[in-house]
Amino acid sequence: MFHREAGIFKTTYAADAALYPLPIAKWTIAALALIFVVLIPLTVHEYYLSILNLIFIAIVGALGLNILVGYTGQISIGHAAFMSVGAYTAANLAVKLGLPFWITLPAGGLMAAAIGVVVGMPSLRIKGLYLAIATLAGQLIIEWTINRVPAISGGAQASIEVDRPSLFGFSFNTQGSLYFFLLFFAVLAIVATLNLARSRIGRAFVAVRDQDIAAEIIGINIYRYKLLAFAISSFYAGVCGVLYTYYFGIANYEQFQLIVSIDYLAMIIIGGLGSVLGSIFGAIFVTLLPIVIRLFMEDVGSLFFTQAEMANVISGLRLGVFGGLIIFFLIVEPEGLNRLWRNVRSYFRVWPFSY
Amino acid sequence: MTRFVRSWLGVAATTATLVFGGGQAFAQKELVFGLQCDRTGPTATVGVNLCPGYHDYIGLVNSKGGVEGFKIKVIEIDNEYKVPPAMEAHERFKKEGAVLEGLYGTPQTAALNKKLEEDKILGTSPGFGTAASADGKRFPYTFPIAASYWSQAGAAVAFAKERLGGSLKGKKIAYIFYDNPAGKEPLPILEDLAKDEGFEMRTFAVPAPGVEMGAQILDITGRFKPDFVIAHLFGRAPSVAIKELKGKGFPLSKVVAFVWGSAEADIIAAGGMGAAEGYNTIQFAGVGKDFPVLKDIEAMYKAQGKAAPKEMDSTVYYNRGVLIAALHVEAVKNAIKAKNGAAPTPEEVKKGMEAIKGFTLGGLVPPMEITPADHEGGGWVQIWTVKGGKLVKSKDWFQGYRPLIQKHLDADAKKS
Repeated sequence: MFHREAGIFKTTYAADAALYPLPIAKWTIAALALIFVVLIPLTVHEYYLSILNLIFIAIVGALGLNILVGYTGQISIGHAAFMSVGAYTAANLAVKLGLPFWITLPAGGLMAAAIGVVVGMPSLRIKGLYLAIATLAGQLIIEWTINRVPAISGGAQASIEVDRPSLFGFSFNTQGSLYFFLLFFAVLAIVATLNLARSRIGRAFVAVRDQDIAAEIIGINIYRYKLLAFAISSFYAGVCGVLYTYYFGIANYEQFQLIVSIDYLAMIIIGGLGSVLGSIFGAIFVTLLPIVIRLFMEDVGSLFFTQAEMANVISGLRLGVFGGLIIFFLIVEPEGLNRLWRNVRSYFRVWPFSY
Repeated sequence: MTRFVRSWLGVAATTATLVFGGGQAFAQKELVFGLQCDRTGPTATVGVNLCPGYHDYIGLVNSKGGVEGFKIKVIEIDNEYKVPPAMEAHERFKKEGAVLEGLYGTPQTAALNKKLEEDKILGTSPGFGTAASADGKRFPYTFPIAASYWSQAGAAVAFAKERLGGSLKGKKIAYIFYDNPAGKEPLPILEDLAKDEGFEMRTFAVPAPGVEMGAQILDITGRFKPDFVIAHLFGRAPSVAIKELKGKGFPLSKVVAFVWGSAEADIIAAGGMGAAEGYNTIQFAGVGKDFPVLKDIEAMYKAQGKAAPKEMDSTVYYNRGVLIAALHVEAVKNAIKAKNGAAPTPEEVKKGMEAIKGFTLGGLVPPMEITPADHEGGGWVQIWTVKGGKLVKSKDWFQGYRPLIQKHLDADAKKS
């Protein structure tokens, strides 16, 4: 964030690893909390809250994938399948047993984690592209299973309707109330990942990513940590799937197909691999950019195009500009938006005395 | 005022409404319709022809002074066949004060069912969504307004029966379907009909993306040797099926395709209209250009000094877009009339939709009757057959095995 750090010296490891590196950071967090908890819900129209809600869910999923791909260096194209595991677990528990969301949500996450460990098993023997194909197989097998087993999918439609989440009799059934519901879990996921990254486990993940043989020599059980990375990542994905289920009021496997896995990979690559802020930037970028391009074109496009052309132009341009911007950002800064942000920050840190 | 200045005023006005939130357009006697579309996703081949049909009909209504004096403004949002953008689109429509919206896509319809009910805005899902959503009591704000897959299955069997000489006893029917929920949906109907009519049915699933089905077709033509084939495929799959069946020498006149495998583009992609002689298609909107409303649209373009859009040649999807728009306008017209000319609320538009009866638009729309209980409007279809290089009507509007469909709807309602 924008604050100066002159006169601050870190003398212990604990201080270096602290969540708030500077005292002023606490104020920044307090200000952010005020904005997101009070200011935005009070002032912003419901439509914009609905966009924020989609971003919150995407953040949870992107964080999970970043733990696996960014921190541990294990590629996965099966992220959406783990979401569907969480979604159907929660939906079945909620409908068949009538359990509330605070049980179904962790249950969905745990089930996804269990399946994730199984799908992650090949990572013990293979890496890189090979692992990508193995997780792709996981994605297809899970999709097929859900489509074909009525006990999981709830019948030919493969969709299970769930009621809105409720807590002490209060039902989260508007975009406004769902905003707080989803904000809570997004913040929880962010804080948990920040803490994970600076813990022994997080450092072990990074060691496995950077050089697994070296990691093994310094005493890291790489099998254990690779599977743990799959479990944690899939847990996030499962929770993300449960959040989608409650947000839409339905678990439907067509929401979690291969293309969604690719979308999430795009998010973390654009945002920045191996960083929490990068996951957030990526989730915001991928969710928001098409909307912004459309709103912009609806206003400005009428200068150049007739109404009939506009619909096609907007759709086409959205894809074109979206792809173009991804390429542009990755050429300017291959390490993603997070690095770009850090560059900007470090420039202003010494500004105007940048010599 | 130059076009440039006008546009910038438009920018300012839109920015103002964005800033101050939820600008209502009722003052200028304008109604807002929301339309979701897919022009870039996996079903883009449908969207690029269907949505222009929608816009052209609305344009025609506006050029004639609007509906009961109200101009219609359509906001179209491309959801790319993805679910999160569909939710965003719905919220945007709500913010702009839309009185109704056209949904696009099966998973998108599933995800919005609940939201539509909570927000009390009706959404139409012709050819999308689930058969069960025909039940207006269970899904009060979801309107399929076209034959569901259940109704299409009933119609397909009824057509096969007619073609096979009035009896299906001892006959063999193959059902080849895309292996997804929509593909499997008609199975209970077909199984019941196989029992009632005494034919043998075997199912052949085609896995996504449906471009490779040599094994299934070989199984059908070589081993099962059916008397009739019912095909329920999407995207590129229908054209592959036509090509493969023809390659194996199966007569296409003994094949009937569901609504998403029955456009000109599918047949042309299979080797041209001439090559698919006899191929039967189920349609929920009239096909071809021989309708007064399409002549009116052409005349409207001519009056503006423009040529008719090329999308009009894709009559199957274009006409479906016209059908959706026409039913939307009709619902609003009913609602305005019921309110003696005042602007209706979304709930009143829903009542207007449930009052649609005897509105056929010169034969493009089936003689449907939408009621509070039946949002499908009766499940009417036509069969069009490829004859001499074009689609020719071979069976006028009919309902296949309606009592059986109704029985399944009732049973499904009890289950939930």
